[in-house]
Amino acid sequence: MEVEVKEEVILEVKDLVKHFPMGGGFFGQNQQVVHAVNGISFKVKKGETLGIVGESGCGKSTAGRTIIRLYEPTSGQIIFEGQDVTKSAGNDLLNLRRKMQMIFQDPYASLNPRMTVGDIVGEGLDIHKLASGQARTDRIYELLEVIGMNPEHANRFPHEFSGGQRQRIGIARALSVNPRLIICDEPISALDVSIQAQIVNMLEELQEKMGLTYLFIAHDLSMVKHISHRIAVMYLGRIVELADSFELYKNPQHPYTKALLSAIPIPDPRVEATRKRIVVQGTVPSPINPPSGCYFRTRCPHAKAVCAEQVPSLKDLGANHVAACHLL
Amino acid sequence: MKMAQDLFEPAISQISAEHINRPSTTMMQDAWRRFKQNKLAMAGLITLGSLILFTFMGPYFIDFNYMDNDLMNQHLKPSWTHPFGTDALGRDTMARLMYGGRVSLAIGFVSVLINLSMGVFYGGISGYFGGRIDNLMMRIIDIIYSVPELLYVILLMVVIGKGGLLNIMIVLGIVNWMGMARIVRGQILALREQEYVLAARTLGANTRRLMLKHLIPNALGPIIITSALAIPSAIFMEAFLSFIGIGIQPPFASWGSLAAEGRLNIPSYPYALFFPAAAIAITMLAFNFVGDGLRDAFDPKMRK
Repeated sequence: MEVEVKEEVILEVKDLVKHFPMGGGFFGQNQQVVHAVNGISFKVKKGETLGIVGESGCGKSTAGRTIIRLYEPTSGQIIFEGQDVTKSAGNDLLNLRRKMQMIFQDPYASLNPRMTVGDIVGEGLDIHKLASGQARTDRIYELLEVIGMNPEHANRFPHEFSGGQRQRIGIARALSVNPRLIICDEPISALDVSIQAQIVNMLEELQEKMGLTYLFIAHDLSMVKHISHRIAVMYLGRIVELADSFELYKNPQHPYTKALLSAIPIPDPRVEATRKRIVVQGTVPSPINPPSGCYFRTRCPHAKAVCAEQVPSLKDLGANHVAACHLL
Repeated sequence: MKMAQDLFEPAISQISAEHINRPSTTMMQDAWRRFKQNKLAMAGLITLGSLILFTFMGPYFIDFNYMDNDLMNQHLKPSWTHPFGTDALGRDTMARLMYGGRVSLAIGFVSVLINLSMGVFYGGISGYFGGRIDNLMMRIIDIIYSVPELLYVILLMVVIGKGGLLNIMIVLGIVNWMGMARIVRGQILALREQEYVLAARTLGANTRRLMLKHLIPNALGPIIITSALAIPSAIFMEAFLSFIGIGIQPPFASWGSLAAEGRLNIPSYPYALFFPAAAIAITMLAFNFVGDGLRDAFDPKMRK
C-alpha cells in the first residue's frame, strides 16, 4: 500500500539537544549530565512515516518525548506547521497538543486503571472542550468503532482488556483530538507478534483514511521497514544515517547501519544459512561521558585517527540518502 | 499425510471475539463486591457500626448521665443496673463509655481528616514538582520529625489552649501529617512517570486534572490504609494526653481518660480499666481490618 507523500514539511527538527542533569548535591554541585539527544535534525513530510531505529538507550524515545514537549529541550528548534514548538506556552501549547499526539509503548502502563475506557478516550474531548453530553458519548462510540471495538466497552476498565485491545484504546485516545502528527513510541514492541501485525495494519489504514503523519520509533527493524517511508538510524543520541526505507535496507552506508541490518533474520532457511552477521565489538559507551569525535569510533572496525578528532556531519550521498561517517 | 481440502471449514465463531460476558460494573460496585467477600473486613465494619450506634444512640436508652454523681454508689461492680459498674464518684461507667466513645471516635476521625488533607496536599506538591522543591520540602519534614513528638504536642497544646475538643483534634491532626505526606509524595513520585500520566500531559491536562484524575486516585490505596491506621493511633495519642492531664478535662470523658482513671485502682477495681481498654482494643482491631479490606477492595490488580 503506497500512501502519496506530499512535499509539504509538517515537522522540522533542527539541532535538537536534550541533556538530563543527574545526581549532584543539594545545591547542584558535582552534577553529571546524561547526553540523551545530541543535536539531531530531520524533516517529516506531511502524510509520510518516518521511522527512527536504534538500540536501547540511544535516545529515540527521549527525542520523541522532547518533540511533543513532555521534556523541555536543552537547545535546538522544533518547528511544527511553521510554529516553533520550543517557544510555545499556554494556549499555543494547548492548541499544539491537539495537532500532535503520542502512542505509548507499554499498553499495560499507558491507560489509567482508575478510569473507564470511555473516560480515557474522552479525556482529550474534555480537556479541549470538543464535545460534551450526548455529543461526547457519540464521539467516544465512534472512536471505539474506528479501532474495532464495541460501544459497550466504554464502561469497562482497562484491566478487562488484552494487550492488543489496550493498545487500540491508546490509539483511540490519540485520535480523539484529530491530530495531524502521531509520535508512535515503540507501539508494538510490548505486543505478541500476531497482534503487532494487527496494530501496524490499523495504523496504516488510519494513515490512509485520515491523512496522518507518523514518527515511528522502534527497534524492530523488519516492522519499521514495513511501515516507514524513510528511516533514521540513531546511535547514542545522534542520527548516523537517514534514507528512504528501501534504499537504506538495500544500500546501507554507515558501518553501524550495516551491522544493525545484518542482524535481521531472513525468512528463508537456505539464505539464512549463508547470512553473515557483522558483530560489533564492545558495548555502547555511557551517554554520561560519550567519546570524542564520532560516537561510534570505539566500536567501529574501520575507525581512523580523524574519527576521534572530528564529529562527522551528515553527508549527502544522493537519492535522499545521508550518512554521518568520515570514511564515506 | 495428505488432507483433503473439503475436510476443513473456516472457523468463524458466531460470537464476536470482542464480546465480554461479565456485566459492566463501576469501580465502586466492584470495590464493594470485593469488600463484602472479605470476612475479616466485614466483621470489622460491623463492629465499627455497632460501636458508633453504641456511642451515639446508646445514651438515649439508659437512665444515667455521664456526669451525675451518686456518692452512695461508688465503685460498684457490674450489675443489671450498672452493666459496667460505677466509678469513684458513682457515675455509671457505661454512660461514660458511651460519651467517651463519642469523643474518642470524633477525635480519631476529625484529626485524621486534618492529617489527610495536609499530608495529601503537602506530599502531592512535593512529589508532583520533584527536584529541588521536593528536596527542600522533605528536609523540612525531616526537621519536624526530629523534634520529639510529645514535646511538640505539649507545646502546641499550651499555645492553642488545652482541653477543648476542637483543639485536641487540630493538634493531633497537625502532629501526624508528616507520615501521610511522605507516603503520598512517594506514590506521586512513582506515578508521575507512568505512561498514562504522560499521555494525559500530551493531551494537555493541567496540574489540577493530573492530580485529581490521575495521580491521587491511583495513590488512594496507600492513602486509605494509612488513614485507617492513623485513626487508632490518634485515639491512642488522645488517651495519652488525657492521661497526663492536658487532654479531655473532667467531667467530660474519653476512652483514654476513663482508662487512666481506671488504672489508679487496678488492684481493687480491675473492671474500671477493663471496659475502656477493651473498647480501645476492639476499635483498633476493627479499623485495621477495615483498612486492609479497603485496600484490597480498591486495588484492581488484586482482583481475583
